[in-house]
Amino acid sequence: MTRVRSFLSQPLVKWGLAGILVAFLAIVPMLAIDIPGVFPGPTYTPGTLQLLAFSMLIASLALSYHLIFGVAGLLSFGHALYFAIGAYGLGITLRHFGLELLPAIVVTFVAGLFVAAAVGALSLRVTGISFAMVTLAFAQAGSVLVRKNPGKLTGGDEGLALDTTHVPDFFIGVLQTKNLYWLCLGVLVLVFLVTSWFERSRAGHVVAATRENELRVRVIGIRPYFVKLLTFVIGGVLATLVGMAYLLLQSSATQKLVSADFTLTLLVIVVLGGVGYRWGAVIGGIVYTFLDQRLTAFASSDAVSGLPDILRVPLSQPLFILGTLFILVVLFLPGGIAGVGARLSRSRMRADEPRTVLEELT
Amino acid sequence: MSDPILSVRGLSARIAGQQVVEDVTFDVPATGVTALLGRNGVGKTSTIKGVLGLIERRGEVTFRAGGSAVRLDRLRTHRIVQLGIGYVPEDREVFSKLTVAENLRLAERSSDPRREFVAELFPDLVARSNQLAGTLSGGQQQMLSLGRALINTNTLLLVDEPTKGLAPIIVSEVAAALAEAAKTVPVLLVEQNLQVVRQLATDSIVIEGGRVVHTGPAAQLLDDEDMIRRFLGVHGETTGAGATA
Amino acid sequence: MSTVILLLITGLGLGALYFLVASGLSLIYGLMGVLNFAHGSFLTLGAFAGWELARRTGADNWLSFVASVLLGAVVGAVFAALTELLLIRRLYERHIEQVLVTVGLALSSVALFDGIWGTDPVYVSGPSWMGGTTDVFGASIPNNRFVLILAAVLVLLGIVLFLKYTRFGLIIRAGVENRSMVTALGIDVRRAFTVVFAIGGAAAGIGGVLAASYYGYVSSSIGGSLLIFAFIVTVIGGLGSLSGAAIAAALVAVLQQFANFYLGGTGDFVVVLLLAVVLLVRPSGLLGSKA
Repeated sequence: MTRVRSFLSQPLVKWGLAGILVAFLAIVPMLAIDIPGVFPGPTYTPGTLQLLAFSMLIASLALSYHLIFGVAGLLSFGHALYFAIGAYGLGITLRHFGLELLPAIVVTFVAGLFVAAAVGALSLRVTGISFAMVTLAFAQAGSVLVRKNPGKLTGGDEGLALDTTHVPDFFIGVLQTKNLYWLCLGVLVLVFLVTSWFERSRAGHVVAATRENELRVRVIGIRPYFVKLLTFVIGGVLATLVGMAYLLLQSSATQKLVSADFTLTLLVIVVLGGVGYRWGAVIGGIVYTFLDQRLTAFASSDAVSGLPDILRVPLSQPLFILGTLFILVVLFLPGGIAGVGARLSRSRMRADEPRTVLEELT
Repeated sequence: MSDPILSVRGLSARIAGQQVVEDVTFDVPATGVTALLGRNGVGKTSTIKGVLGLIERRGEVTFRAGGSAVRLDRLRTHRIVQLGIGYVPEDREVFSKLTVAENLRLAERSSDPRREFVAELFPDLVARSNQLAGTLSGGQQQMLSLGRALINTNTLLLVDEPTKGLAPIIVSEVAAALAEAAKTVPVLLVEQNLQVVRQLATDSIVIEGGRVVHTGPAAQLLDDEDMIRRFLGVHGETTGAGATA
Repeated sequence: MSTVILLLITGLGLGALYFLVASGLSLIYGLMGVLNFAHGSFLTLGAFAGWELARRTGADNWLSFVASVLLGAVVGAVFAALTELLLIRRLYERHIEQVLVTVGLALSSVALFDGIWGTDPVYVSGPSWMGGTTDVFGASIPNNRFVLILAAVLVLLGIVLFLKYTRFGLIIRAGVENRSMVTALGIDVRRAFTVVFAIGGAAAGIGGVLAASYYGYVSSSIGGSLLIFAFIVTVIGGLGSLSGAAIAAALVAVLQQFANFYLGGTGDFVVVLLLAVVLLVRPSGLLGSKA
């Protein structure tokens, strides 16, 4: 058993397994896997592919938030802003500026980079709860901006539909869902690779050490401000990237994307998956999306509508169930889904001490 | 010899995950003043805070009062204090936005507080009872901090560096108040000023690197220049704020 | 001139609402270090409870209005106290988890309100005087603004007196400054936690009933939208400072009204800007103690 474990924990094997998983996910649109109750239909159908692609985007977004909250320990309440910049930015540059897809992506990316750098530089001057508040306030400003619909750019309450004039044909239409699926899989892989690379980089180690003990990092002579800012900006632009893929997949952006509730949802996902675990964020994102989707179907099912009010009312609200589940996880399952997995798989092995990052630095 | 009032066995304590006290074992006799000594940063304050459960701790801490033994390491701080343990923290920790009277009122644990006793010991506090504690001088704050502990009838006093940073005249006032209190209650005293230790302490415990390295009668330690230099890193006769031999 | 007076008094009315939410947030944060995301739900539940009572007792009389305000306070207080006892207390001293639990509670309670009362706004009416206006130096001021301001002043006064003259008040004031020293004096500070939650919940519940009359409707999102501004008010005023919350609430709301009127509806931006400036110049807020 231990030999299996040590075999599995070798980096080459790990990456090999991840590669096989990605390859499998890539051929899913060709297969006819049907899990009743989880998928709305077999995996080659557009509905299921759409849901899978959507869950991968949420997983990617959760990963980008994991960098900020899980790795750097920064409790940002404004992460939805950068995602919304991606979705709205691409939508606006395509519709109102008439750019081709690629230049539009570049412009949106730069916009996300700029806003993340500016907001990060300002808000990181304060810490803790004040930091959370400033990020929340900036996201709120973004939300107001979207709602106010300046120059009819954002579409206000109506939302902003994707203008397909400059989008290649293979991304348009229900029949092309598998291409969008591959795009979203690509985004997930890219975000995962960037996140892994960053966590292994020197900056990643420094920022993790800062989370554990900022004073000791200062003593070594490193100014934590810049690594925190770097992490914040990388997390932000990754979210922008995911936002752009979201627009292509969903064909529209709505003001829900920039709401404080959406950031809270991300927080819920990361905690459900397990704070500090990269895989946790991915699994949390996917599990959350499916739960949300399935619970919505469950809520409107006959099984629920036949129940007496006292059961029917709460069960017909997916967010009530998710919120309650979240509370239970925080109370009874610190470490979330990934934490449980990690505990099971190394129940007799020495626990990974996150504090060792400091020793690596000194 | 009678049972010690407090027995500490294998106490370890951590602050923010950092080990600050390791496997400390000592007894506090049921009478007199026991000085807890050691250089700066060896874990004296953390030992006291560990006994009180103010920081994360492990190990056995047994408190014997009125014939029964209570395991303090299983109790929360407020329960420990309610057993009759008065605490005077390092740096006084008075509530600066509360008045002197409010600070004292907050500390009263019984329906029969010893207000007259405190008023006699520290007449200055009576005169300033409506003043915000934050506007008091360091010496006055120390008296308030002592007053907060002494307003209750205690079975043990934990006093952490009561003379730190005070002018010599205040130091002797504080020492006199402690001597008065020690007539009726055993005291565990952390103190850097060896003059004060000499004046008050009956027993001594020396901590170094988070561990106990010496125990014995205070006089024996204080008369041994070599031990003082080794354990405390000072000359016994020249230490303390303005103390002279 | 009459516009200025209208904006000023309407701003103070809105500020009163902010204060009713922010006062509890600030006390809770000050004493326990918990940023309470469920605070908006205390308000919303208070608002719905008040509406339920008013519609059963005939909304158009003062007795029923006062009763619904009181019911809002009680419901808010009970909800808040239960939150502290059942959820927050289990996570003693684990601040991030405590915040997360309140986030979960906010999400699930709003969903539950949706399930019970529907997602559409429920329109409310009060005593007819509340819907009328009063002339102040030529400005027609909606009467409910005066009720809001009066309620906020009474709540402020009540909390101040409570803090000043009761044992719990003493413990809370001391605990905001140095919680561990309070326990070191033999006081179970956790009982004070329940009390501040109940006080904050009561103020929010009152705020809920009055917010319903200010906006003219109740909806499950009413608390959440006020909560964000209450957070901003709390931070600008200085976390843990009651008078800071009062000053910041008035300042933020009045500024918001004026910017909305004179600067083309930019009130929310000006508030965010103010928050950014305050945090950068004075990170501890206007009346915060420690940086």
